[in-house]
Amino acid sequence: MPGPIQSIERAAAVLRLLARGSGHHGLTEIADSLGLARGTAHGILRTLQRVEFVEQDHTTGRYRLGAALLHLGTSYLDANELRSRSINWADTLAARSGQEVRIGMHHDGAVLVVHHVFRPDDSVQTLGIGAMLPLHATALGKVLLAYDPDLSAAARRRELTSLTRRTITRTQMLERVLTEVRGQGWAGEAEEYMPGEASIAAPIRIPGGLVIGAIGISGAADRLCDSAGRPRATLVRQVVQAAESVTTSLVDEN
Amino acid sequence: MAIDQGTTSTRCIVFDQNARLVAVAQREHRQYHPRPGWVEQDAVEIWRNVDRIVPQALRQAGITAEQVVAMGITNQRETFVLWDRHTGVPIGRAIVWEDIRTEDLVAELGKKQGIEEVRDRCGLPLATYFSAPSLRWMLDNVAGLRAKAERGDVLFGTMDTWLIWNLTGGVSGGLHVTDVTNASRTMLMNLSTRQWDPMLLEFFGVPSSMLPEIRPSTEISGVTTRVVPGISITAALGDQHAALFGQTCFEKGSIKGTYGTGGFLLMNTGTELVRSKHGLLTTIGYQIGGEPAYALEGSIAVAGSLVQWFRDNLGLIHSAPEIETLARTVKDNGGCYIVPAFSGLFAPHWLSQARGLVVGLTSYINKGHLARAVLEATGWQTREVVDAMNADLGVPTPVLKVDGGMTADHLLMQFLADVLDIPVMRPLVAETVSLGAAYAAGLAAGYWPDLEGLRRNWHLAARWNPAMDARHREDEYANWKRAVELTFAWARSTPSS
Ligand SMILES: Nc1ncnc2c1ncn2[C@@H]1O[C@H](COP(=O)(O)OP(=O)(O)O)[C@@H](O)[C@H]1O
Ligand SMILES: [Mg+2]
Repeated sequence: MPGPIQSIERAAAVLRLLARGSGHHGLTEIADSLGLARGTAHGILRTLQRVEFVEQDHTTGRYRLGAALLHLGTSYLDANELRSRSINWADTLAARSGQEVRIGMHHDGAVLVVHHVFRPDDSVQTLGIGAMLPLHATALGKVLLAYDPDLSAAARRRELTSLTRRTITRTQMLERVLTEVRGQGWAGEAEEYMPGEASIAAPIRIPGGLVIGAIGISGAADRLCDSAGRPRATLVRQVVQAAESVTTSLVDEN
Repeated sequence: MAIDQGTTSTRCIVFDQNARLVAVAQREHRQYHPRPGWVEQDAVEIWRNVDRIVPQALRQAGITAEQVVAMGITNQRETFVLWDRHTGVPIGRAIVWEDIRTEDLVAELGKKQGIEEVRDRCGLPLATYFSAPSLRWMLDNVAGLRAKAERGDVLFGTMDTWLIWNLTGGVSGGLHVTDVTNASRTMLMNLSTRQWDPMLLEFFGVPSSMLPEIRPSTEISGVTTRVVPGISITAALGDQHAALFGQTCFEKGSIKGTYGTGGFLLMNTGTELVRSKHGLLTTIGYQIGGEPAYALEGSIAVAGSLVQWFRDNLGLIHSAPEIETLARTVKDNGGCYIVPAFSGLFAPHWLSQARGLVVGLTSYINKGHLARAVLEATGWQTREVVDAMNADLGVPTPVLKVDGGMTADHLLMQFLADVLDIPVMRPLVAETVSLGAAYAAGLAAGYWPDLEGLRRNWHLAARWNPAMDARHREDEYANWKRAVELTFAWARSTPSS
C-alpha cells in the first residue's frame, strides 16, 4: 500500500485552519500557521479554490471556506450554469453531426434535459428543455448510470420498464452494457427508447473526474448507426469531442 | 477569426467555412467604479487579454497563423481610451458607455445653440451614453490634455481602434483607423457623409488631429505584427452591428436582439436613413464595400448587468445563470418590479436623470421574486423597444432573432416570447457577434463569396413560442409602465448637484 499523500494532508490542514476562529486568513498567515513555504501554500489554496472548497475575498485577498463545502452532498453544478457553459459546444456538435443535441443531468431517478439544440435542418421542432427521460433506455441515461454507483444500484433494484421491443429490461444485461460504457467512454442506444430512433452520449466531468452530466445526439437510427446497427464511429468521435470540450471549459473558467 | 472585445469579457473565436465554431478562448476584465456613476476599464488589461486569448484559440484549434484566413474585430461600442501617440501609454482608464459622469455636462450642452442640428447630423440624442460628451469631459478635466491633443500627441480610439493600432505595431507604425459603425456611435460622425463632421467637432470642442480615419467595415486592411504576427485584419464593426450581420439580417425590416451586458435591438432599414418618431436611434447597420445599410436601434442600458449586480453587489447568487434557478423557486414576481435605470433610461425614454427602483415590496417578497423581477426587467424593456419599432415601421414585427450570453437563460427567453407575443428564435451560433465579425472579415478576404452563402448558414437552434394569457400580459405591462413612470418622478424630485 502506498503511503499517505502529503499534499492531501496539507490541504486538509488548510481547511481545518479556515474552519476555526475568524475563518478569514491571508496567504502569509496560512503559510506561517502550517509551517509551509508561501509558494506551497499558494498552490494548495489555488487548487482548493478551483474545486470551490475555498473562496478568496475580491477586495481583501483573504481566503475562507467555499460555499461548495457546505452542500457537498447535494449538487455539484447548477443545471442552468451547465447550460450556459456548454452552449457553444452543444451548438457546434449539432452543426457537425447534423443531429439534435441534448444535455442531461440526473434528477429524481431520471434524466433531466437541461439543454436542447434543434436538428439544424430548420424543420419544425419543439424545445425539450425540462423534459424527463428514462435512465436505462437512453444514451444520456446510460452515461449517468455508468458513472454513478448509487444510481446504478438503485436501477438494479427497480423494474426496468419496457418501452420498445429492444429496451433493456434485464438487470444483468444492463450491468454488462454499463461496464462497456465505462470501458469505451461513451454510450449508445438504438431503438431502445423509441422505434426508429437512436442516440449516442458521452460524460461531462468536473475537475477531478466526477461525472456531472452527459451530452449526446439523437436522431433516425439509420442515420446514427451503420448497417450492423452500431453507432457510427465519426458521430461517436464528435460526441466524445464535444463532451471533452465542455469538460475543459468547466475547468478553464474556475 | 474574430476578436469580440465585449463589456464584460474579451473572446477570440475561430470559425470554419460552414460557420461552425472551432475554438473559443475568453477572459474577463475588471470593471472600475471609482465614484458613483463612473464606470472605467483598463485598456492595457484588455490588450493583455487579447495577447493571451489569440494564441490560446489557435492552440485549441490546432492551427497556425498562416491558416487563419482573416481576422475581424468587434467591440463594445462608445467606450474609448486616449493614449500617447509616442509611447502607446493610455491617458487614464477607458471610459465605458455605462458611465454617467457627464450628466451635468450633457444638460449644459443640451442648452447650447445648434443642438437640433447635432441630432440631425449624427442621428443620436445627446446622452451620457455616447463617446463625445465623455471625451469632452476628459479634455476639460485632465490637466494639459487639450494642449497635448492639439499638438497631435494624443490619439483617441474606441476599442476597435485601440486593438487594431496595437495589433498592427503600436508606436512602430500602428494603423489609426476605425469603421463607420463604431464612428457612428461617437456623435462626431455625420451620418450622410460618414466622415468626422466639422460642426460636430466644433460643438463638442474636439480637435480633429486625435481622431482615427473612418473606413467601411470591410476595408480595414491591416496585418498583425504583434501577438501572433502575419494575420490579415480585414474587418471591424461594433458588436451590435456585427450581431445584425451575423444574424444575416440583410433585408430591410429584419430585426435582431442581442442580450449581453445591455440589450440592443437593431432593425435593418436598408439604404434608407430612417429617423425615428418613437425614441429609437439612427445608426449605420454595416458597410460592406460601397453603400451602407442603415439601421434603427433600441438600446437597453441594463440587461445582463442587472444579473451581474444581483450577483456581485447583493451576493444572492454565485454565478449569473443561477438567477434562473433562483427565479424558478417561485411561480411569479409576487407583485415586485425592478426598473434598472442605473445609467438613466435609454430607449425609448432617453432620460439621463432617471435612477433605478424596486417597487411592490411586501413582507411576502423573497429573493426568488427579486430574481424573477431581474429577468422580467429585460423582457419589459424589450417590449417597450419593440412597440417603438412597430410604431415607426407601421407593421408588427413577426419574430425576434436573439443572441448573446443571456440567451442561455431559458426562463428569460420564454418570458420574452410571452411579453412580445411573437416567437423568439435563437440561431445555431449563440456567439453571433463574433460570427458577424468573422463573416465581414471572410467576405473581405474572399473566403465567402456573397451574402446569400452566409444566409444559408443560419439555422434555428431553439424557438420559444408565446404562451401567456393576453389579459395577464396586458395587466403586467401596465404595472411595468407605472413602475417606469415612478422613476421619472424620482428623477424630477432629485436636484442635480
Ligand atoms: N444564464 C444567464 N441568465 C441571465 N444572465 C446571464 C446568463 N448567462 C450570462 N448572463 C449575463 O450575460 C452577460 C454576458 O453576456 P455577453 O454576451 O458575454 O456580454 P457582453 O458582450 O456585453 O460582455 C452578463 O451580464 C451576465 O450577467
Ligand atoms: Mg458581446
